[in-house]
Amino acid sequence: MAESMDKRTHERLSARDDEFAREYRQRLTAHRGKATWGERLVPLREFREAAAASGRQGSAKDRAEALKAYLRSRSDPTPVEGPYSRVAVFGGIYNNHYALAALLEDAARRGAEAVYCLGDLGGFGPNPESVWPLLEQGAVRTIQGNYEESLAGGREDCNCGYTDPRDNHFAEISYRYTEEGCSQEFKEYMGQLPLRRRIQVGNRELLLVHGSPRRINEFLFHSASPTPFLEALLAQNDCDGILCTHTGLHWHRALGDGDIVNVGVIGRPANDGATDVHYALLEERQGRLRVELLPLRYDYQALAQEMRQEKLPEEFVETILTGWWTTCLEILPPRERAASRY
Amino acid sequence: MAVAKPDSAQAAPGVALSSLDTLWFQVAGTVCNLACTHCFVSSSPTNRTHEFMSLEQVRGYLSEAAQLGVKEYYFTGGEAFLNPQMEAILEATLEVGPASVLTNGLLLDPDRCIRLEALATASEYSLDIRISLDGYDAASNDPIRGPGSFDRALDAIRNLVAVSINPVLTVTEVHQDSASAEGKQRFFELLRGLGVDKPRLKVLPVFRIGAEAERSGAYESWQRLREGDTPENGWEHLQCSSCRLATATGVWVCPILVNEPTARMGESLTDTLGEFTLDHPACWTCHVYGVSCRT
Ligand code: SF4
Repeated sequence: MAESMDKRTHERLSARDDEFAREYRQRLTAHRGKATWGERLVPLREFREAAAASGRQGSAKDRAEALKAYLRSRSDPTPVEGPYSRVAVFGGIYNNHYALAALLEDAARRGAEAVYCLGDLGGFGPNPESVWPLLEQGAVRTIQGNYEESLAGGREDCNCGYTDPRDNHFAEISYRYTEEGCSQEFKEYMGQLPLRRRIQVGNRELLLVHGSPRRINEFLFHSASPTPFLEALLAQNDCDGILCTHTGLHWHRALGDGDIVNVGVIGRPANDGATDVHYALLEERQGRLRVELLPLRYDYQALAQEMRQEKLPEEFVETILTGWWTTCLEILPPRERAASRY
Repeated sequence: MAVAKPDSAQAAPGVALSSLDTLWFQVAGTVCNLACTHCFVSSSPTNRTHEFMSLEQVRGYLSEAAQLGVKEYYFTGGEAFLNPQMEAILEATLEVGPASVLTNGLLLDPDRCIRLEALATASEYSLDIRISLDGYDAASNDPIRGPGSFDRALDAIRNLVAVSINPVLTVTEVHQDSASAEGKQRFFELLRGLGVDKPRLKVLPVFRIGAEAERSGAYESWQRLREGDTPENGWEHLQCSSCRLATATGVWVCPILVNEPTARMGESLTDTLGEFTLDHPACWTCHVYGVSCRT
């Protein structure tokens, strides 16, 4: 038997002489000198020769050109807003009008010249329509999240892409609740929001997106977003920084020549056992972007009370009161999941 | 059953690579310490169709992948941990990005798990271990994966839990109820019983190629994609629009077609940034079931 054969499996097979054991034993050696090609068993050489003859083998020059073409920046007609010296950027309101009101105050106090929202106005919290007047009053410049895209497009679900039945159950409750609580006018407002914006902070040009520059519902988690990947995103989008949200967890990585900031969300805590939510304050200092990810205190007790009045799931209320997520945890990469309570 | 006749005049559609996000490594070739009856790669102790990859080969692809901005790395086989350089390979990978290993768990003894935990902690990026199982108990699992394989996989999970690694349980739909809500619930319970307090599960459909073709019958001729099947939004839902598979002998389109020599697209990653023709019945499964081998 080949050395890679598992000894214990081998012993147990040798002790048996039923049809399964015979068949399994046969499979163990069926490929000696042979290869499976589609549905046929062929001599190994035939497979290897066919494989070697298939595909391209570019010259060094071909490869350099292919790489350059791949990393080429795609033209983006999005107008650049600004320049600003200091801006506040946040994401994921999730109907949390208490946090939105607190944010507008905090950002003004800190001298933000403009306030940007990266989408996901609804879901999770109570009374969806109550965030709208605040957005107007605060002159918040907003882009669409997957929630707005789904609501404005009349979709049946939030396009969050969960596979766990429990996650889907809760995602459905919160989507249906928000869907029913939004007027046609509010949905139309959502539908006309842009999918991306560009802003200038000092001399830095920043791209604002919901998930990623590629997809509205792509997750950019810290432990799953390697630096080379983020550098390629910057190159392909011809900017000095990318601001995103969608995951619910805030982080910042300074790269050699730019910054990636997941601004987090103000709708619910960052799964860290604290009741604060987070947003980003950005300014330019000596040619670099200065990024502050600020904790924001708000009246979470009032929010919890209103959620209960609206008969939203107690699981959601628990998150607001404890700072730990109770649902939709399957999206977390191992590192972020290990840090969570559930 | 009435079956739509394929229009043989119609060509198979091509899928463009929208971005290379996921790079797979056939790190243990087709060599395995088991010989599961449903293995679509037909891996076994004697299957040398694909050989082990060396650390040097992996490093070469990693540096090319970093230039191309790859987002995540997956390791499969065969049994990945049969590769004697596997831990060094993981260490090199975790320097540039997050890594996932697909394994049957047979080689995950306590010492190795301790080393894996150290690798995971040392990296800025996530390390994920995926353990394969095909039933809730030995009676349903072992006739597929081999005698004793159920208990061994459970041992592996316990060893991982002991070092605070939370594995993803990967189950195929060999048993039809695995994908149902109740089926999933049973697997979650199994994991909780092993001390996993945050159970994670991935369910995969079966591909009727390789050993699985012998088990349940191969595809029928109408199960092929044609130009007219192209969805309105294109083929972005197929993983081959964002993945490639590196092997010891070049780059294939995806981990599913590794036993198809014509699915070899080139020698280096940059040779394979072009279109691939979906001219294989497994592509039909991908399309119809919306398969992705990623976690
Ligand atoms: S088998 Fe699936 S992933 Fe592979 S080329 Fe075909 S459609 Fe794409």
